[in-house]
Amino acid sequence: MIDLGKYATEVLSAYGISIVILVVIVWQSFARARKVRAELDRVEGNNG
Amino acid sequence: MSIWEYANPKKFMTTTAPVLPWVFAIAIAATVIGLVWGFFFTPEAENFGSTVKIIYLHVPSALMAINAWLMMLVASLIWLVRRHHVSALAAKAAAPVGIAMTLIALITGAIWGQPTWGTWWVWDPRLTSFLILFLFYLGYVALWSAIEDPDTAADLTSVLCMVGSVFALLSRYAVNFWNQGLHQGASLSMDKAENVSNVYYIPLLISMGGFVLLFIALVILRTRTEIRLRRIGALQARARRS
Repeated sequence: MIDLGKYATEVLSAYGISIVILVVIVWQSFARARKVRAELDRVEGNNG
Repeated sequence: MSIWEYANPKKFMTTTAPVLPWVFAIAIAATVIGLVWGFFFTPEAENFGSTVKIIYLHVPSALMAINAWLMMLVASLIWLVRRHHVSALAAKAAAPVGIAMTLIALITGAIWGQPTWGTWWVWDPRLTSFLILFLFYLGYVALWSAIEDPDTAADLTSVLCMVGSVFALLSRYAVNFWNQGLHQGASLSMDKAENVSNVYYIPLLISMGGFVLLFIALVILRTRTEIRLRRIGALQARARRS
């Protein structure tokens, strides 16, 4: 494992928090895209 | 072929569909390579110790926080002048991504500030204008949600975007304007003498490229979602009328 010295907490928390934020925004974007696409398919189906 | 053709929702959807997976793949690859290279394969800096590794998150996210707002400004101006719905929806789609980038820049900045400046936060011109930019992002998203009519929402958020652009520019240039505060100037410069050392430079560039592409990919994906939502609204309105 890489030795981060006395600043290990700072560096690891910066990476941890940032990666979580990036994963959340990517996941949320895909989840919303999937949901809206399904809704559009449903509405278009109802409209013939 | 005119660039305005892409303002047609149908043209935008058909053009971006095949491109999107590639942009996402390259964005994720570049981000992972930049961050892994920076985290595992760069040395500690003399002044910062291992905290220098935070640069691979802090600089790209700050870059995108500012440029996301400037992209929203351009899209908002296009909406106000030419009334292209795709541009208004692209601005709306970019805001949550901008919030994520601003949040990363603020958090990593605070975490980096504690060991190097001895404080998590200081009311320095750049930090303060960055915090105000973050609040503008939240206000922008809230305004879109608060107004039912999409065209009115696009008009009002466009005006808000123009006002907030002052703080987007201040976030970038506050150090040069006031020449005070704790925050340093740009980490990357056209002047080689002012640049960060070469050993940090390449992974930083890759990480920045990754964040730029990730932003583009997310904005395309979210704009496509907004276009579909608008289509749902139109179909439901038509069904109610008939």
